[in-house]
Amino acid sequence: MKPAPFDYYAPTTVAEAVEKLAELGYAGKVLAGGQSLIPAMNFRMARPGALVDLGKIKELAYIKPQADGSVAIGTMTRDTAVEEDEFIRKNFPIVAETVSYIAHKQIRNRGSFGGAIAHADPAAQIPALAVLLDAKLKVLSTDGERWEDAVDFIIGPFMTTLEPQELLAEVVIPPLPANCGCSYQQVSRQKGGYAQAAAIAKVVMDGDKVKDAQVVLFSVGETPIRTEQPNKVLAGMVPSTELIESVAEYVGANECDPGTDLHGTEEYRRNLVKVLVRRALLDAIERAKK
Amino acid sequence: MANKVKINVTVNGTQYEREVEPRLLLSDFIRKDLGLTGTHVGCEHGLCGACTILMNGQAVRSCTHFAVMADGADIKTVESLGTMDNLHPIQEAFMEKHALQCGFCTPGFLMTAVEYLEGNPNPTDEEAREAIDGNFCRCTGYENIVEAVKLAAKKMADH
Repeated sequence: MKPAPFDYYAPTTVAEAVEKLAELGYAGKVLAGGQSLIPAMNFRMARPGALVDLGKIKELAYIKPQADGSVAIGTMTRDTAVEEDEFIRKNFPIVAETVSYIAHKQIRNRGSFGGAIAHADPAAQIPALAVLLDAKLKVLSTDGERWEDAVDFIIGPFMTTLEPQELLAEVVIPPLPANCGCSYQQVSRQKGGYAQAAAIAKVVMDGDKVKDAQVVLFSVGETPIRTEQPNKVLAGMVPSTELIESVAEYVGANECDPGTDLHGTEEYRRNLVKVLVRRALLDAIERAKK
Repeated sequence: MANKVKINVTVNGTQYEREVEPRLLLSDFIRKDLGLTGTHVGCEHGLCGACTILMNGQAVRSCTHFAVMADGADIKTVESLGTMDNLHPIQEAFMEKHALQCGFCTPGFLMTAVEYLEGNPNPTDEEAREAIDGNFCRCTGYENIVEAVKLAAKKMADH
């Protein structure tokens, strides 16, 4: 066994969980699906003094359509459950599509939707998706609940506004507008591997013209990056290939911050961003027209 | 020393009650505490898939779970598949298609394929490849494994 010793608690209700987190303070760490945390603990890169395992809290795993067309996803809903959910596939196809790119089936069977956001890995799909779709996050503690937008919640690589005594309990995704199309694009060394660069686009059309064009990048900076150029240039315009090409060019050059590592140079990744933004926008526009 | 935790798990139909340290990985629990060494441990950080088991019917990596997380779970390891005299169709298919050389990765492939074929009885080449994309084999080059998964599907349909 390789992880350092820790104390283990497995509450069965949310109330018990937040009480335990309050008691443990900085020594405590939430264990959700464990598919990122446990590898980090195996390497002893993470050495929490105590784990509060959410695995036995049934009230944290659900997918609930709301009256206003949004969907509430409990933090412990496993990725596979999200990917295969009929309501999600019909009303939020980009969510199922994006989740299908996470690692491999064995990991999606256990990885949790909310856990991925709380972990805030800059190379992870769900935090970027949450930013793109303006997800609202419900955070619980013994002091009660607070709500925060995903874009404000993620503040750095593996860093969120979550305090040690707090628990991310629910993710609410607002309904997609009419005439909206989304697209997920990535390049990775192998299927299921971390993306070297990735882009998710959401485009709303008004006839032939773009009403709103949002692109979030990830794996090319310290957090998911909500780009500005696509909407600045495309809103109100008929999206010609020249315009899209110029947007993609700009985003690759100015709106990402990729590093160089053994899988690729900064220059290569900027070029990937350019290609992926173009593909994502073209595909999203095509889907929005259907 | 951290607190020990009592767990109840069913593994291959047998119920076990054990006291374990929270940091004990499920893969080590299966191999060392229960003596079921068919589950192989490769990378121990969720990349290689060698330690894949079924937890409540779903393929998962046992090295990215603590044994305590399996409390109350129904677990199946490669030992649950078949015996020397009565192989599981997937094991037969791997043998007939020469889908293994050293065999280290094989238990993980078998358990991954078992879950997959139950939901997808007639995979194409492409689908069979995707089904096993979470498992590494460093000997075979995968071609025969893909063949074996497809043959296993046929065998299971005829079973």
